[in-house]
Amino acid sequence: MQQPRVDILFEHAPSARVLIGGAWRIGENCPRAEATINQLQALHGLEIVRLETQDLMHWDSLLLTYIRALSQFCDAQQMTLDTRGLPEGIQGLLMLAAAVPERQDASRQKNPDDWLSVLGRHTLWLIKDIGLLADFIGEAILGLFRLLGGQSQMRWSDFWRLVEACGPHALPIITLISTLVGMILAFVGAVQLKLFGAQIFIADLVGLGMAREMGAMMTAILMAGRTGSAFAAEIGSMTVNDEIDALKTSGFSPMDFLVMPRILAMLVTIPLLCLYADIWGMIGGALVAAGLFDISASEYLIQIQTRLRLIDFEVGIGKSAVFGILVATAGCLRGLLCQRNASSVGLATTSAVVTGIVYIVISDALMTLLVTALNLYKR
Amino acid sequence: MLTPSTTPHPPDLSPRQVHISVRELTMAYDDFMVQKDMDFDVLRGEIFIIMGASGCGKSTLLRHLIGLKPPVTGEVFFDGQNLWKLPPKERQSMLLKMGILYQSGALWSSMTLAENIALPLTAHTPLSAKEIADLVSLKLALVGLSGFESFYPAEISGGMQKRAALARALALDPEILLFDEPSAGLDPISARRLDRLIVHLSESLGITAVIVTHDLASLLDIGTNSVFLDTETKTIIAKGPPDMLLRTSTHPTVKEFLTRGQSKRTATSAREASR
Repeated sequence: MQQPRVDILFEHAPSARVLIGGAWRIGENCPRAEATINQLQALHGLEIVRLETQDLMHWDSLLLTYIRALSQFCDAQQMTLDTRGLPEGIQGLLMLAAAVPERQDASRQKNPDDWLSVLGRHTLWLIKDIGLLADFIGEAILGLFRLLGGQSQMRWSDFWRLVEACGPHALPIITLISTLVGMILAFVGAVQLKLFGAQIFIADLVGLGMAREMGAMMTAILMAGRTGSAFAAEIGSMTVNDEIDALKTSGFSPMDFLVMPRILAMLVTIPLLCLYADIWGMIGGALVAAGLFDISASEYLIQIQTRLRLIDFEVGIGKSAVFGILVATAGCLRGLLCQRNASSVGLATTSAVVTGIVYIVISDALMTLLVTALNLYKR
Repeated sequence: MLTPSTTPHPPDLSPRQVHISVRELTMAYDDFMVQKDMDFDVLRGEIFIIMGASGCGKSTLLRHLIGLKPPVTGEVFFDGQNLWKLPPKERQSMLLKMGILYQSGALWSSMTLAENIALPLTAHTPLSAKEIADLVSLKLALVGLSGFESFYPAEISGGMQKRAALARALALDPEILLFDEPSAGLDPISARRLDRLIVHLSESLGITAVIVTHDLASLLDIGTNSVFLDTETKTIIAKGPPDMLLRTSTHPTVKEFLTRGQSKRTATSAREASR
């Protein structure tokens, strides 16, 4: 195998011969165009560059890029590049590459990105986003009225299938997470309570914490990650595949057909899941209390029974229902807004989870304020 | 320039009525103008081709015809009724007279083929489950997919998906069939089989077919009338039966399109010219 090489012969004043030889292939140690250009620049009175081959054995795109670089150099220096000494194949490819001139308008102008315009753009997006959500919720409410009036195209078989996917299939992960959250609550609280010898109040802490707040919150966040994202991905890929269009042109409203069963399924399952999470959280707390702080299970149970009232559970479960609606809405909305390409399904999914969680936290803050203002926990 | 077709199909439904008319239609996405001032008529029973280069707005025009995208200006009429001026309910029932074959097939992937075809029937007809099952098996048989009732779309080949989607488009016995690039992604034999199926349906059921395509072999073979959308001028630059356009059109863009740019000769002459 011969080394690729370039020789420059400058015999008669205006023209130089560039002899290309050897095996020019990607992976070989080929001469670089810059080196040749530097050599050519050093020649005085050069006007014509003749490219010729000498024992050229193999060549590929690497040689073409080398010649293109030389040709750009010659154009810039207003020299003539004579390629007639090259094999036909190379000449043909060079011709093909030069046939369509570079489109000046093809390289897109970027939007300015100084901080003010970025801020402005994001603000506009946010406003548009809130508008879309408001539209969507309005449509969903109309859809609900249609359902109540018996006018909806919703299929109950879809609803039951979705209930199964939202509910029973989520039990294992909810069991795990809520037990652990209960244990963490108990542990963190107990370390402080022990300073006062008040370990028995672990039961109060875990019971109230799970029932009023953490049960609903953890369930909702899990549902956003597990089910909200699934809704977005499912509806998003239907959008990509024109299935949503097919639904519309077959006379089905995506709102009735796809969104309503999902929101309803979530609304039905999430309160039950929340209650389930409450119970496992308290069991987790009991494990820590019994294992590390010498509080027997029966003591723990009695303490919880005296402390917790129905209203504590009702508030948590009520919150979870609101979270459920928001998570399902975010999932469906993102799915329906999905663009027609594969990567946007990924974006829709991510965005469904993120917006879902943001909605959960914002609405939780509002509802906590409301509950306090209404003084619901008053004994 | 709507000359009656010279090819043997479709059947002579005399008098030839105008089935679809488009008047001064302008389409745009936000600020981006797609096509403007489009005017054409589609006669009942025709196989009407909408052709043009990729990105010229063919599929967008189809979306206007099937009620998915409202026009910026201009009107679309079906049987003399203005599609976009109708109240939503009537527009919906008007759209049910159309069967649409999407480019990707767009079968509902969570349902079997039988459920796909049955869904429009259960929602829009008072038929019993037994009657619907019979209809489903008839429609599948028409497209050569007997026995595939319980298959899911992902379990059959691309060509079969297209045919199944055609069976779904036929579910409600439409008066108009609209196709978005029916031959896209099909091998030449499957594409031709689909073409023959379209001609067959149009002949035997008297269906008006509107086909968006840039598949030359297919449009010259089955098209009885056409419009050509131009990317440069953003409007219709030719109308008439495709085979007639091939013979008589003098517009360079149309000619280049219909003769595939006479690929070899133009390329060599360009190379010679640049030498």
